[in-house]
Order: sequence, then structure tokens, then C-alpha cells
Amino acid sequence: MIAKRIIPCLDVADGRVKKGVNFVNLTDVGDPVEIAAAYQQQGADELVFLDIAATNEHRETMATMVEQVSAQVFMPLTIGGGITSVADMQRILRAGADKTAINSAAVANPDLIRAGAEKFGNQCIVVAIDAAWDEQAQQYRVYTHGGQQATDLDAIEWAKQAVDLGAGELLVTSMDRDGTKAGFDAKLYQALGAAVNVPIIASGGAGNLQDFVDVFAETTVDGALAASVFHFGELTIADVKAALKESGVVVR
Amino acid sequence: MFAIVDYDTGNTRNLKKAFDYLQVPTVLTADPQQLASADAVILPGVGAFAAAMDALKERQLVGVLQGLAQNGKPILGICLGMQLLFESSSEYGEHAGLGLLRGHVAAIPDDLNVKVPQMGWNQNDLQRPNSAFASIDAAYTYFVHSYYAVCPRAEIVATVEHGVTVPSIVQRQNVIGMQFHPEKSGQVGLQQLAAFKEMVSANDFSSN
Repeated sequence: MIAKRIIPCLDVADGRVKKGVNFVNLTDVGDPVEIAAAYQQQGADELVFLDIAATNEHRETMATMVEQVSAQVFMPLTIGGGITSVADMQRILRAGADKTAINSAAVANPDLIRAGAEKFGNQCIVVAIDAAWDEQAQQYRVYTHGGQQATDLDAIEWAKQAVDLGAGELLVTSMDRDGTKAGFDAKLYQALGAAVNVPIIASGGAGNLQDFVDVFAETTVDGALAASVFHFGELTIADVKAALKESGVVVR
Repeated sequence: MFAIVDYDTGNTRNLKKAFDYLQVPTVLTADPQQLASADAVILPGVGAFAAAMDALKERQLVGVLQGLAQNGKPILGICLGMQLLFESSSEYGEHAGLGLLRGHVAAIPDDLNVKVPQMGWNQNDLQRPNSAFASIDAAYTYFVHSYYAVCPRAEIVATVEHGVTVPSIVQRQNVIGMQFHPEKSGQVGLQQLAAFKEMVSANDFSSN
């Protein structure tokens, strides 16, 4: 049976991991290769790198970083941030990425999903969605540009459209939960799981072991992503997997 | 020197990185002479079956690969490269494969409460206990695929469950296939490539 995935997410600028990663045995807290290797050692199932300074110059640096990581770390790599064209996708996949994540660019130009899926296959195209509950409209609203810009899109409808266009996976962040450590937004992932049949990665809100147990117990998501709880050593991947195994979730 | 077949497919560079890591020199080539003089031939592949067979035909590699296999050259097909080793596939119509292994490639049924493609880590069950790949037993490897091999038990080294029983390693003497991505399966994946390297060095394919 296919295992549920636990995925650390790393912010990158200038080829360096930002916000630091300070769990044990790292000599350089910002080095992507060293950090990726440490996460591989811990049992991470996949790594997501987000380019948070995505200019043209930075994109070249990002490709170089992916080259270096994929020469030393043999696990699936997803790269997002600043990918706005098929050429951008090609560059990052050639460098050794397995998947590219697109967010604002997909909202601005949904055809990019189709073009990417046609050229590289659905499995390479992850559509990242930032969503927040809109109490007035009684729907999850899509935000772009790092959560700065509200759109008119309903997140569930947008997820369906993205999958129809060829998205092979959805990485969905609950902006209501992101940074709160209040747990994943089960209601959001239940609605998404009922709407689409591609893998869904839950993001936003992980604070403790029970949050991971809950998201897999209450929803059909395929993976759970987190940043700070892993980077600061509050939880290890091994802790999370032990807790999941105990609760009957299949993990590697 | 291992030759990685160059026919415009996706995952060649990451495969090369994995062999580099294992200190196995590789050359990316479509030249029959270079393929013939290599210690082993690696057939990668990502994408659709028919397009990949067409790309091999365009480069006149179908007969070359069949001839090499018959002469005992170790051949390792990976992901779609493994599927190409079989007799045929029903991916978007019926298409002939290389016919180096007995069996057919069919769609994973999507009505069995599993997601298709199978994308992620799945746990292997060893079916051939004396195999050089025995370290795969109970270990997880990384899969990305929508089609799977339907083949005689005699060809199967290991399997995973994904609604159906999916062969993850197949072997008939010098012809070997891996459905998962060893270059993306961490230490376990590297271990399987190292096992292949050992088989080639020892010229021992008797474990089936």
C-alpha cells in the first residue's frame, strides 16, 4: 500500500535556505545540500523548495541549487516560486527536480497548467493553492502573490479546474492555519478530497504530533507538509512517523 | 562503463547522478557501437509507451537492443524503460514492445479505491528469495506510473500492492527491469543499482 508522505518545506533565496534550519549536526544552517541530506536521513519522503526571491537572476541560482541537491540527495524534489513559463519548468526539471509547483502564475494563466502537463506529464505539475475561509461568501477563497492578493476564485472550483487542465497534484495551504500551530484545516481537505482525485498535500497549521495524526484520520490527503516544526527541531520526521504508525497510518 | 540509452527521455540526468554517486562511469549514447562495448545498457524512460518506442525506432535502436539482449548484454530498464522490455502495451492503443520479457503492459484499474497514477512510496514484497535484489524486501521505493506489467510469475522478482499486484522488479537472466525510480528511492534505490553493478561485475545473472 502506498505510504502517506511527510514533507518538509524549505524557503530559498540566493541558493541558500532562509530562516535557517537548526536541528542537530548541521555545520552550515543555510546550505541546501546539507539540509536536504539531513532530512533524507531523518526519513522525509519528499522535499519542497520554494524560491522566495524569484527574479530571473535567482532562477538561475535555483537551477544550480537543484543540480547540487539532486547529485547528493536521491529523493523526490518539488520546486516552486517564480515559475511562470514552460521554459522555467523545463530548466528546473532538467536541473533534477521531479515536480514544479505553480501558484500565482497558474491563476493568471491557467493554460500554463495544460501546457506543462502536455510537455512533461501530469505528474510533474503541482498546482499550489493558498486558500482562506470567507465567512461572508461561505467559501474558501483563493489568494495569490504569497497570500497578498485576494481573487474571486472559489478554492474548490479552482482545484477542479486545475485538475481538469492537467495538474497531477495539489499542494493546498490553509492561510487561516498557516503559522498558527492550531492543526491542519480538516474541513478544507475534506471538501477538496471529495472534489478531485489527484494526490493532495495539506499545508499550514502543523504544531504537534497529534495534528499529523488528525489530518490523516479525518481527511484523505496523501501527504502533510510543514516547515518550522521541522526546521527548529520541535518535531522530527521520525517522531511524526512513529506517531502515525501507532495510529494505524501507513508510512515509510 | 555503463551506457545510458539516449533517446530524448526525461530522467536520464538524475540516473546518471545516481551512478556517479556509486562511482559507476556512464555514457549517454544512442550509438550502437558504444552500446555494444558498454558493460551494461541502461534503458530509462518517462512518458508514453508508443512515443518512446517510436523514438527508439527513429534511432534504429529496437533491433540493436534486441540483439544485445540475446547476446547476453546486461540490460536494465527503469520505469517506462522497464515496460518497454515486455511484448506489448495497451497504453493509448496496442503497441509492440521490445519483447525481451514475457508479458503485457496494462493500465492500473482506477476503480479499486486507489489513485492513478500511483505516485509515492510503496512497500516491496520479495517474490524470489535468492535474488541479488533481496534487500528490497519490505523496503519502500518511489513510484510514478499509471501502467503496470502483467507477466508470468517466472519474470517477477518483487511486487507492490496498488489495487492490483504491481511487479516492481522483473528479471529474466540478463534482462532486468525496475518499475520504481531507484534514483529517487534514497538508500534503498542506490542499493538496488549497486546490486545490479555487482551482478554485472561478477557476470552472474543466475539468481533467477
